Amino acid sequence: MNAPGSRKSRLMAPIAETGHCGLFLIRMLAGLRFEHQQLISVLQQIYLVGARSLVIIMICGFFVGMVLALQAINALQQFGASDQVSLLVGKTLFRELGPVLTALLFAGRAGTSIAAEIGLMKATSQIDAMQLMAIDPIQRIALPRFLAGLVSVPLLAAMFNAFAILGAVIFSIGVMGIDPGIFWSKLQTGIYFGKDFVGGIWKSVVFGGLVSLIAVYFGYYAKPTSEGVGTATTRTVVLSSVLILIFDFIMTSFLI
Amino acid sequence: MRDPIIRISNLVFHRDSQVVLDDVSMDIKRGSIVAIMGPSGVGKTTILRLISGQLAPLSGSVEVNGHLVSAMTRRELYNCRKEIGVLLQNGALFTDLTVFENIATPLREHTDLEEKEIRQRVMEKLESVGLSGTEDLMPHSLSGGMARRVALARAVIMNPKIVLFDEPMTGLDPIAMSTVGRLIRETNDRLGLTSVIVTHNVAQMKKLVDYCFILASSKLVAEGSPQTLIHSSDPAVDQFMNGRVEGPISYKYQGNPDSASGTPS
Repeated sequence: MNAPGSRKSRLMAPIAETGHCGLFLIRMLAGLRFEHQQLISVLQQIYLVGARSLVIIMICGFFVGMVLALQAINALQQFGASDQVSLLVGKTLFRELGPVLTALLFAGRAGTSIAAEIGLMKATSQIDAMQLMAIDPIQRIALPRFLAGLVSVPLLAAMFNAFAILGAVIFSIGVMGIDPGIFWSKLQTGIYFGKDFVGGIWKSVVFGGLVSLIAVYFGYYAKPTSEGVGTATTRTVVLSSVLILIFDFIMTSFLI
Repeated sequence: MRDPIIRISNLVFHRDSQVVLDDVSMDIKRGSIVAIMGPSGVGKTTILRLISGQLAPLSGSVEVNGHLVSAMTRRELYNCRKEIGVLLQNGALFTDLTVFENIATPLREHTDLEEKEIRQRVMEKLESVGLSGTEDLMPHSLSGGMARRVALARAVIMNPKIVLFDEPMTGLDPIAMSTVGRLIRETNDRLGLTSVIVTHNVAQMKKLVDYCFILASSKLVAEGSPQTLIHSSDPAVDQFMNGRVEGPISYKYQGNPDSASGTPS
C-alpha cells in the first residue's frame, strides 16, 4: 500500500496505517445489524474471550489487592495512619490498576488469541472462502470479536476490582489486624461511585475497544504464512500494551 | 442462450511489475466442464481470482453472465458471487464449525429459510457427495478426500450457475481423485452448472473435461478438447501434456520474463 523505501513513506507509514485502521473500524461498525445471528456470535465471542479470561483475571486481581494492602500499610504506618489503607487501595485500584492491568492481561490472554485465530483463518484461506461466498469477513469475523472485547473488558475490570478488594480485606483485616469497621467505612465514604468507579470503567471500555480493534486488525491483515501470524500476535501485544498506557495518561488527565 | 457464460478478452495482469497474464482470451460455454491447465505458477489461480472479482485486471475484461466484473461495486460483486460457487485449494472449510454448519453457512447468510428447510437442503447435498452421517463431525477429523467433498457440497448449496475449482485433486489418493472427479461431472450435469477447473493433473483431466485451455509463459498457448490437445503438434502443448523436461516451457526461475524485451529506456 505504501511506496516502499523513501524516507517520506517511512514517516508516513504509521499515519497511513492509523488511517487504514480507522477505515477498518468504520467498515466493521457499518456491519452492525442488531439481528439474532449477530447477537449469538457476539455472545459466543464474549464467552471465548471474556469468560475464558476470568480465572486469570481473578487470580491476578486477588494478588494485586494483597500486595497493594501490604505496601499501603507499610507506607502508612510511618505516619500512624495504617487504618486509611482501604482508601489508598480503593483509589489506586478503581482509578488505575484495575482498568490498566485488566486491559494488559486481556491483551496477552485474548488479544493474541484473536489475532492468531484470524491470521490462521487467513493462512488457511477461510477468509478467502468467506469472501467468495459473498460474506464480508470484516463483519462476520472481526465485528463480533471487537464487540466482545468492548463488552468483556469493563466486566473483567469489575471482577478484577472485586477480587483485589477481597485480597486487600484478607490481608489487612485477616493478617494485619486492621479493624473491619474502619476498613469498610473508609472505603464507603472515601471512594466516589461516579468519579472513581465509573471513571475507571470508562477507561476499560476504551481499552477494551483499543485492544480488540488492534487484535482483529493485525489478524485480518496478517501475511498468510506462519511467520505472518507470529508477527501479528507479537505486534498485537506490543502495540496494545503501549497504547493502553499512553491512553491511560491522556484519559486520566481529562477525568481527574 | 448459446453465448458464453464467462468471456475473458485480452486480459492483462501484472503483479509487482511482473507479467502474470498477457493478452489472454477465453470463451467458456454454458453447461460445460472446462479446465485451465498449465505449469505451476503460470497464473491459473489468478484467472479464477479475476473471474470471481478478487483481483482486478490491468487491462482487458472479464464478463460473467454478460456483466463486467471489474466495473462492479462491492455490493454488485457480492450479488454476482452468490451465483458462483468456489472450491478453493484444500477445501478451506471453516475449522470452528461442524460439517453441517459449514455447508449451511451460505444459506444462513443469504436466505431466510426455516431451520427445517436448511437442514433438509444440507442433508440432501451431503448425501449427493456420499457423506451422509458426517454432519456432526469437525473438519479436522475428515480425510483429505472427504473434506474436498464437503467443500464441493458447500460450493453448490446455493445452486450457483458457475462453480470454480482451484486444484480440486491436489493431495488426494487416486481413488479419492476419481471420486471427486466423478462427483464434479455428476453435479455439473445434474444441476446444469458450468464448471471451471484449474489444475495441472493431465491424467484426470483427460477423463473429466469437455474443453481445455493451456497456459504457458503468461500466454494462452492452446485450447481444444483433451483428445485434440494430446495429439497437438505444438511443442509447448506436447511438452506439458506428456510431461517432458525438454521443450519451450522452461522450468528455471525467470525473475522478470520481460526484462530483455520490455524495459523502457
